Amino acid sequence: MHSLNTKTRALLGGCCLAMALALQTGVASAESVLRIGMTAGDIPRTLGQPDQGFEGNRFTGLTMYDALTQWDLSSAEDASVVIPGLATEWSVNEDDQTKWTFVLREGVTFHDGSPFDADAVVWNVQKVLDEDALHYDASQVGVTASRMPTLRSATKIDEYTVELTTSEPDSFLPINLTNLFMASPAKWQEFFDGASGDDTAKAAAAWDAFARDASGTGPWIMESFAPRERLELVKNDDYWDAGRVPNVDRLVLYPMPEANARTAALLSGQVDWIEAPAPDAIAQIESRGFVIHKNEAPHVWPWQFSRIEGSPWNDVNVRQAANLCIDREGMRDGLLAGLMAPATGAVEEGHPWRGDVTFNITFDPDEGRRLMEESGFSAENRLSVKALTSASGSGQMQPLPMNEYIQQALGECYFDVELEVLEWNTLFTNWRQGAKDPASLGAHSTNVTFATMDPFFALVRFLQSGMAAPVSNNWGYINEPLYDELVEKARRTFEPEARDAALAELHAASVNDAAFLYVAHDVSPRAMSPNVQNVIQPKSWFIDFSPISIEE
Amino acid sequence: MLVYLAKRLAYTVPIVFSVALVCFMLVHLSPGDPLISILPADASVELEQRLRIQYGFDRPLPVQFWIWISNALSGDLGASIANGRPVLSEVLQAVRNTLLLACTAAVLGFALGMFFGLVAGYFRDSWIDKLATSIAIAGVSVPHYWLGMVLVIIFSVQLNWLPAVGAGPGNWSWTWTHLQYLVLPAVTMAVIPMGIITRTVRALVGDILSNDFVDALRAKGLGEGRVFLHVIKNAAPTAIAVMGLQLGYLLGGSILIETVFSWPGTGFLLNTAIFQRDLPLLQGTILVLALFFVFLNLFVDMLQAMIDPRIKRG
Repeated sequence: MHSLNTKTRALLGGCCLAMALALQTGVASAESVLRIGMTAGDIPRTLGQPDQGFEGNRFTGLTMYDALTQWDLSSAEDASVVIPGLATEWSVNEDDQTKWTFVLREGVTFHDGSPFDADAVVWNVQKVLDEDALHYDASQVGVTASRMPTLRSATKIDEYTVELTTSEPDSFLPINLTNLFMASPAKWQEFFDGASGDDTAKAAAAWDAFARDASGTGPWIMESFAPRERLELVKNDDYWDAGRVPNVDRLVLYPMPEANARTAALLSGQVDWIEAPAPDAIAQIESRGFVIHKNEAPHVWPWQFSRIEGSPWNDVNVRQAANLCIDREGMRDGLLAGLMAPATGAVEEGHPWRGDVTFNITFDPDEGRRLMEESGFSAENRLSVKALTSASGSGQMQPLPMNEYIQQALGECYFDVELEVLEWNTLFTNWRQGAKDPASLGAHSTNVTFATMDPFFALVRFLQSGMAAPVSNNWGYINEPLYDELVEKARRTFEPEARDAALAELHAASVNDAAFLYVAHDVSPRAMSPNVQNVIQPKSWFIDFSPISIEE
Repeated sequence: MLVYLAKRLAYTVPIVFSVALVCFMLVHLSPGDPLISILPADASVELEQRLRIQYGFDRPLPVQFWIWISNALSGDLGASIANGRPVLSEVLQAVRNTLLLACTAAVLGFALGMFFGLVAGYFRDSWIDKLATSIAIAGVSVPHYWLGMVLVIIFSVQLNWLPAVGAGPGNWSWTWTHLQYLVLPAVTMAVIPMGIITRTVRALVGDILSNDFVDALRAKGLGEGRVFLHVIKNAAPTAIAVMGLQLGYLLGGSILIETVFSWPGTGFLLNTAIFQRDLPLLQGTILVLALFFVFLNLFVDMLQAMIDPRIKRG
């Protein structure tokens, strides 16, 4: 065996070092970037409590922040349910059911390095509920407090235990808490101390600065922020859940409110992923090798019936007949090019709140006509109904064509439907005014879509009599003692499975009674480049960006 | 000239006040709740009432207007309801982007419009005139948002030469990295002013050429080039007035073009503010744009008076 001389060894060593350096440089420069075009017109707020509905939570909430509880987004098939987040366990006080104990996850730090502990939880509750707190911020209250209506305060028990107090016994609290994101008190204090003016001015300046240089505990860290233009996040290598450390190095978010602009940006390679592509461009997008992801979303596109005196929808036969006279599959495959899922309730089979539904909502116009005849209507004696809707609006899908489709379908079942089209904000505001308000123009139904992530938003606010206008969204003044009883039962049942069973009873009762005209669920379509891999689109408004990778 | 300037400045005071009042009233009279962007429809009545008080929307409209106009006079346009950021900085950032787009489109549109207008007017009824007039008619007739989409499909989606949306990464620089983002929206935006200027200048040149003084100039032995210069000088006041109005429209930002190209200017800002019912942002943006228009008109009037002494005498 020949031994290498010193010069040769030095040369080889040098070559190896150079190759290693070159490889390392190559690896360092090959940063993976995921660029997303959002439907929002501006970057949703970044200071912890995002605006712009669930799209805000999706992009600037769940990316940079965590909450005490979180949604399980790991499956495309199963219903998305609440799982532990920054709290590992929780329980209600048996003697006083308005008090909850939450045990916090240890060893979690904010992006600025400060620890997450009970003080941080108390501080984050105070930011939206304690008007006397220095860091109370009215601008974050609306989007937060309304999503956890019974939470009142938080008290530190020890470093990793907090007690939360509600205004009344409320088993929905752990679900509501998915909306309270934990921002870093230390980072905010740093900005506060560096600001000038009186305390109010300093607090406002601190929140403004925090929004530009945010700090949460989430899997993504804010790197740069240009209002209305872009938000750049980089992966948090030290994320507390090792299984959810992002695969992609950088996530860049662009506001692109116009559907055709988003589609063009995707097709030209300017972004890798767009939310809600233009429906009429789906075929072209797919023909060019891009991929459409969609799944049934927790969303309902309904007609919400007026149940005030004199409303034709007070007759259960009429409500059931309407539900049987719509060919939802036809609407899906024809009108909406596959971008909807037929709705047969607020939630579908497999969801823990579905329950024992006996009224099978399907396309059966013969049975629909029979029910109408039973109530005295016929081809000669038709029933006139007036329906409110909008020409556009958040979550409304394609309201005019869909309503015209329904108008035509119900026409086959002895209905004469008059559509009253309102401007979206007017319709939305009227949702709280109720069917009796003059702004409802004597309509017998309204058509505002809603999310069903949470039992209060999915069921309670429409079905409980106490939620009638102007308190909440029981637009039609539904007043069914059975519903009220089941709502109370669900709210006071704290064991999660039993609570879900109570909610299932409520849901089944409302579907069997045809409380709504259930039409469609949105499917949250998103289009992306074939390079985007490992996408799991759950049955949720949210999606986990951590497992996603970019294939070169 | 100073008296004329003082008079014109004095006129702007009631105009600005009226503009502020009208934009405040229009925004408040339009349907929808101003708290809609921060308060879901399912929020409790107590919470809604609390926030209404905290934001001052519970006060009578005249009081709200007085507070707003007083703050605006001291340069404080309030904070956006939706994102909490100061309105003034939001508007100024958007104005910078719109200025960039509008000025580029104006230079392009005015230069082409002048060229086509002069050529068409000078060679009236020739094939050159017909071609230039056709281009002008197409310019004012084609919906510019449609043209924008077509340009995006051709140059971004099919040819992949230019980016489809946005204003480019980071702060603006006069390099290709950013300029490429400007090309399509600026061309789209330039089409209408080009058409209008072409038609205006063509008509002016035609009229001026039929005047006796043009024959007199020629009779005195002036070359066609010098005659043409006189024609341009006579056409200038009206052409400048039209350009001023067009520049005002361009600076107002085009909601459609800026939305189609996701260009972060005033049009894009207005679009977002309208959909979010963000009243302070909407009022602030409209006020700033209206002031732009008022002062631009003032500037154009001054310029006209400088060029044509008959105007200030009038």
